[in-house]
Amino acid sequence: MPMEPLLSIKNLYFTYEDEIEALRGIDLDIYPHEVFVLFGPSRSGKTTLLRLLNRLSDLKTGCSRQGLIEFKGKNIFAPDVVASDLRRNISMVFAVPSPLPGSIYDNLTYGLRMAGIRDTTVLDEQVVKSLQQAALWDEVKDRLHKSAFTLSGGQQQRLCIARSLALEPEVILLDNPTSGLDPLSTSVVEDSLQELKQHYCIIMVPHSVQQAARIADRAGFMLDGELIEVERGATLFTRPRDQRTEDYITGRFG
Amino acid sequence: MSRQQAQKVIVAIITAIAALVVIPTILVIAFIVIQGIGAISWEFLTAMPRNGMREGGIMPAILGTVLLTFGTFIACIPLAIGTAIYLAEYAGENRLTRWVRLAIVNLAGIPSIVYGLFGLGAFVLFLKLGTSILAGSLTLGIMTLPVVISTAEEAILAVPQRFRVVSLSLGATRWQTIRHQVLPHALPGILTGVILGLSRAAGETAPLLFTVAAFYLPDLPASWFDQTMALPYHLYVISTQVPDMPVSIQYGTALVLLLFVLSLTLVAAIVRTRMRRRREW
Repeated sequence: MPMEPLLSIKNLYFTYEDEIEALRGIDLDIYPHEVFVLFGPSRSGKTTLLRLLNRLSDLKTGCSRQGLIEFKGKNIFAPDVVASDLRRNISMVFAVPSPLPGSIYDNLTYGLRMAGIRDTTVLDEQVVKSLQQAALWDEVKDRLHKSAFTLSGGQQQRLCIARSLALEPEVILLDNPTSGLDPLSTSVVEDSLQELKQHYCIIMVPHSVQQAARIADRAGFMLDGELIEVERGATLFTRPRDQRTEDYITGRFG
Repeated sequence: MSRQQAQKVIVAIITAIAALVVIPTILVIAFIVIQGIGAISWEFLTAMPRNGMREGGIMPAILGTVLLTFGTFIACIPLAIGTAIYLAEYAGENRLTRWVRLAIVNLAGIPSIVYGLFGLGAFVLFLKLGTSILAGSLTLGIMTLPVVISTAEEAILAVPQRFRVVSLSLGATRWQTIRHQVLPHALPGILTGVILGLSRAAGETAPLLFTVAAFYLPDLPASWFDQTMALPYHLYVISTQVPDMPVSIQYGTALVLLLFVLSLTLVAAIVRTRMRRRREW
């Protein structure tokens, strides 16, 4: 790709407190407006990598890290980078739908309010826009001030996606966002991703290899903390170069 | 005996044991109410004592206990809640937090008379506050710290971790996360600890002995630097130190103290259930 990478991971090592090496020498560039899928067996380091990208990894103590992650050319671990500002630009949606206590409206405006935006016209505007982008507007427009916990699981997850979108981030990290959803809700979320990549860069840990193949522009296969292979989705899922990738895709392990 | 029969016997025994706990509570309260209710009157609650405290009311002691409880609140609560937030949210496991926790456990185990002597040495004499409401409040405040810190910390830790992670992931700072996602949900638990701590402080006698309590004062306290009478100490005085004391006044005083402490506990229970009902997750 000719573009400058949005995120650039350089020789990244990460070790948890219990001395388990979760990431070993990751090198990866991620570009604007792509859906990048990180897949592999459980405990291969996908979530660890995702959480490093917006420094949610800071919450765990006793970890050690080597290497660099650059966001638009700047090291995100540099001392002058404020983690809360970074997380507004690189937003995260979790595996379990996780609304905050409060109304749908409260959830959607939380990030903006914490950023100091009090103007209700701005807040209202972002609420409408983000709900439309997450394909949730029609379902909740009449009950914005009801508790977010009154929504179904699939709606809650789309609310969480909308909540991230309301911040107008540049990157959205999706950590297995359809794990708890029924097939119908899953396809609604997957469809909305295709819309979203017009505006955002999406990095996602998928629920399955099938899902990875459905949505990936590019994909990376992870195994035991290493990034085995990175390719365009169409290529990787049909003609993998590495034997281990092929074994995993064809269901021989994991 | 079959397993089912054994099960029934065990349940019956355990239920009986649990019921036994209720009996002394009811007996104590009933006894004091029956003996003391006759003494309660408007005059008893609002008048100064007369005739060597054998007649009249106990208003100065009631006022003193209210003032001391308020003073304890001011002296203890900000410090205790700040400590609890620090321990639960900011401090990792390090040498400092180990020392702080050790100190809290030890504070909780110190006999109350020792707090009284400490208050005498530290506040009354060293800081030259004299025997005063201020010195008494500070002494009671320190005594109340451990229970409030522990309950507040537990309440804070009981807030689901995912609320913190979600809040941070949406670009909130650590303090914003605590302020908007942790403290609101921890508040019922914190309030319970605060009120239980205060009600215990309100009933204490020993820490007051050398720091604030007066045997008898003809006037009400005019400032935080004055001595005051207080219900628990007054009860001790009229039960043991004054000859020919009418029994009804002794039990009346006990009843007022009991009602004061029980009403605090009741407030805690009401606040807790009301706030819990609002909780959604």
